[in-house]
Amino acid sequence: MKFFRKAAPVAMLATVALTLGACAQSERDAGTPGATNGGGAASGGTLTFGAAGAPKLFDPFYATDGETFRVTRQMFDGLLQLKPGTADLEPALATDMPTSSDGTTWEFKLREGVKFSDGEAFNAAAVCSNFERMFDQNADAQKGPADYWSYTMGAFKDKAADSLYKSCEAKDETTVVIALNRVSSAWPAMLALPSFSMQSPKALTEGKANDVKAQGEGFVYPANSQNPVGTGPFKFEKYDQANGTVTLARNDDYWGAKAKLDKLVFKIVPDESTRRQELKAGSIQGYDLPNPVDWKGLEDEGNQVLVRPAFNILYMGLNPEKNPKLKDLKVRQALYHALNREQLVQTQLPEGAAVATQFMPDTVAGYNKDLQPYAYDVEKAKSLLKEAGAEGMTLNFAYPTEVSRPYMPNPQKIAEALRTDFEAAGIKVNFTAKPWNGGYLDGIDAGSFDAWIIGWTGDYNAADNFIGTFFKGENNDFHTYVQDWGKTLNDDLVAADSIPDEAERTAAYEKLNQQIMEEYLPGLALTHSPPALVVGPDVEGIVASPMTAEEFNTASVGGK
Amino acid sequence: MLRFIVRRLIQMAGVVVVLSLLLFLWFKALPGGTVSAMLGERATPERRRELEQALGLDQPLWVQYWNYIKRVATGNFGPSNGVLPGRDAFEVFLSRFPATIELATLAILIAVLIGIPLGYFAARRRDSWIDNLSVMGSLVGVAVPVFFLAFMLKHWFAVELNWLPVSGRQDPTMDATRVTGFFVLDGILTQEWDAAWDALKHLILPALALASIPFAVIFRITRASVLDVVEEDYVRTANAKGLTSRIIRGRHILRNALLPVVTTIGLQTGALLAGAVLTERVFSYTGIGQALAIAIEVKDYPVLQVLIMAAAAVYVVVNLLVDITYAIIDPRIRTR
Repeated sequence: MKFFRKAAPVAMLATVALTLGACAQSERDAGTPGATNGGGAASGGTLTFGAAGAPKLFDPFYATDGETFRVTRQMFDGLLQLKPGTADLEPALATDMPTSSDGTTWEFKLREGVKFSDGEAFNAAAVCSNFERMFDQNADAQKGPADYWSYTMGAFKDKAADSLYKSCEAKDETTVVIALNRVSSAWPAMLALPSFSMQSPKALTEGKANDVKAQGEGFVYPANSQNPVGTGPFKFEKYDQANGTVTLARNDDYWGAKAKLDKLVFKIVPDESTRRQELKAGSIQGYDLPNPVDWKGLEDEGNQVLVRPAFNILYMGLNPEKNPKLKDLKVRQALYHALNREQLVQTQLPEGAAVATQFMPDTVAGYNKDLQPYAYDVEKAKSLLKEAGAEGMTLNFAYPTEVSRPYMPNPQKIAEALRTDFEAAGIKVNFTAKPWNGGYLDGIDAGSFDAWIIGWTGDYNAADNFIGTFFKGENNDFHTYVQDWGKTLNDDLVAADSIPDEAERTAAYEKLNQQIMEEYLPGLALTHSPPALVVGPDVEGIVASPMTAEEFNTASVGGK
Repeated sequence: MLRFIVRRLIQMAGVVVVLSLLLFLWFKALPGGTVSAMLGERATPERRRELEQALGLDQPLWVQYWNYIKRVATGNFGPSNGVLPGRDAFEVFLSRFPATIELATLAILIAVLIGIPLGYFAARRRDSWIDNLSVMGSLVGVAVPVFFLAFMLKHWFAVELNWLPVSGRQDPTMDATRVTGFFVLDGILTQEWDAAWDALKHLILPALALASIPFAVIFRITRASVLDVVEEDYVRTANAKGLTSRIIRGRHILRNALLPVVTTIGLQTGALLAGAVLTERVFSYTGIGQALAIAIEVKDYPVLQVLIMAAAAVYVVVNLLVDITYAIIDPRIRTR
């Protein structure tokens, strides 16, 4: 018994080890010790990029977040893409920009000889099966993760008449005609969205791509979401959940400029200071969204801070329903004049930030160059308040905590600066802080605050993606429908969106921007801030993109 | 003995069920959640309603809880919506549990292998410089927050000196085969020695930081306990009998002195889990602790629920193991 007591654990351990050992075979390829290089001919090395979070899944159609898109962008192509470093469109899997005579029927010429990474041919039929797949979503997907389709197209196959998308026809092997039910400025700009990338029809079918199911607090996704098959410069190799890394390998059959790197690894490092230390130690070669206060220090250490052109807007939302004084244009103008935004830009925002004159950045068609910023003028603010009979008014002003956004690196500091300005103009401020996801976002939608700060990063280059998102509808966060002009503004926005002629449409948006800023002023457009990414000294070829659409096929590391 | 174990396991089941209800209600009472997490800036009152409808969050609480219990009963804890979106929350636990076990085991090993001998020697050479120095050292171990210690270790040994990796469990370019999920063990089993060594290197700093908590306590308890025991009659008797000092040390002093130490090690498991949240965060170590921290941040309630219930279960199991170990060391308990 005594012997047994001592020997039993040892024997058990030995048994377990033997059992495991028997089924534990190394899966490495023979003859590649170290295994850093996959044994390919010319070695372009590996670039490891520090990601702040895990990609949600690898089917971009069901995603809206940057962590997912950064990874899927390298594996998929759309019909169109963004010119590197800009918000402008260029053809990708299409050979030319699509043409249309009436704005509703669009013909795309497709690139020949392109193959998906599973060997399937990319052709007109593949394009149509992708669009049909996106169009035909079940109820759970419609209300949940098929967000970008729902946002841009408005409806799905079961309400086909309400949808912007109508049909897709494969005219011949390399010609596709896509028909729309109406004209929209979002088309074809939206085709550069990663969500609408082309996936292998075979993989979509075999992976039961559309079998999304709502369950509990989230959604369950089918096999396709873990098995991405695209035409991009990289192919999926593995997602090592236990180690928090995603590994992509070069696609040697890529139709465009072949990747220089052998492998591209995304290492998930949620803590920002750790990302910075990893970069210093050389275990990662870059990461996204370095804190603006670190930019200089990072550059002093020899790194390259790649600043993206700002494609965002920070604004103050105002709710005239919650605080009736805000219904008066004079009061809203007074609030605007009270703000010293020049100082805000210089003290609280990264280098390259700018005071906004309207609710969109200047790269968007329809931006009105003639608009001037509301000047910082405390006296004018006071006299406007007096005229409106709102002297000494109280403003319930909320800002978010536990969050940092590209357009708003430090919400608390920004909010405090704004509050100081308001108080200098004689406005009493009731300041509330709420966690971003924990009272703030739901508070805005529930109309709980008089004033709040939030912003928007453009999805694609269309005026409607900015002012349309903000001010359309009966039920928007600005509560425009309590104003006499709320419906007019909505109707004008809808009308502008459906003008087929580009010059005419641009003119309509320019006029709307002026009206919004001068006559309506539903909220206060504050600033634009450029986000950045940082890469190590020996990384070359990454072009910062205003839509964070950086491509890694042009990247190289260590001069290789 | 068996009855005792069964009773404790039933208790554990009860604890987990009650905890699940409390957690469920608590999370429902908190503002924010899945909808805000999924939509962010894209949230509008309409989108919010649609999503709530799709997820059944617009139904009465008791219906939601009943649905939840029904799912859990079939082994389905609901998909994670932040830490590992789309995967079952229990899978998050499974994929990360080995990491934390690996870390905690090494930390406890370090604490025990250094703490017990040091405690013993400090007690036997009371008031010597070794004693004074180690008492002081253990004080520092207790007093310095793990978070800070972890950060300093990382800063000096990883970032400045570059001796050890900054974060993670394994070099992502290491082509390692996964068998058990314990990276060091996997490397040994598959004879991928470089992978095992690399995983071990990743463990050293976090384990040292995490070990600081149990080390200090184990050292001090051992020291105090040995000091008590050497004064006991049976030690004097053993000496008088002329037993060799080796037998006296092993059978009479250490064995008796270790009783409270074993209890302490058990109790330290809870502290270890709390410490793991901080240590794993600092080292971006993909274990339970980091998952907990992320889940709280992104309001991943299904994952939080599983992790907290699992932590409770682990705590109960470890205490059970402590009781069993106790019985092995102390024959008086066994006979009951």
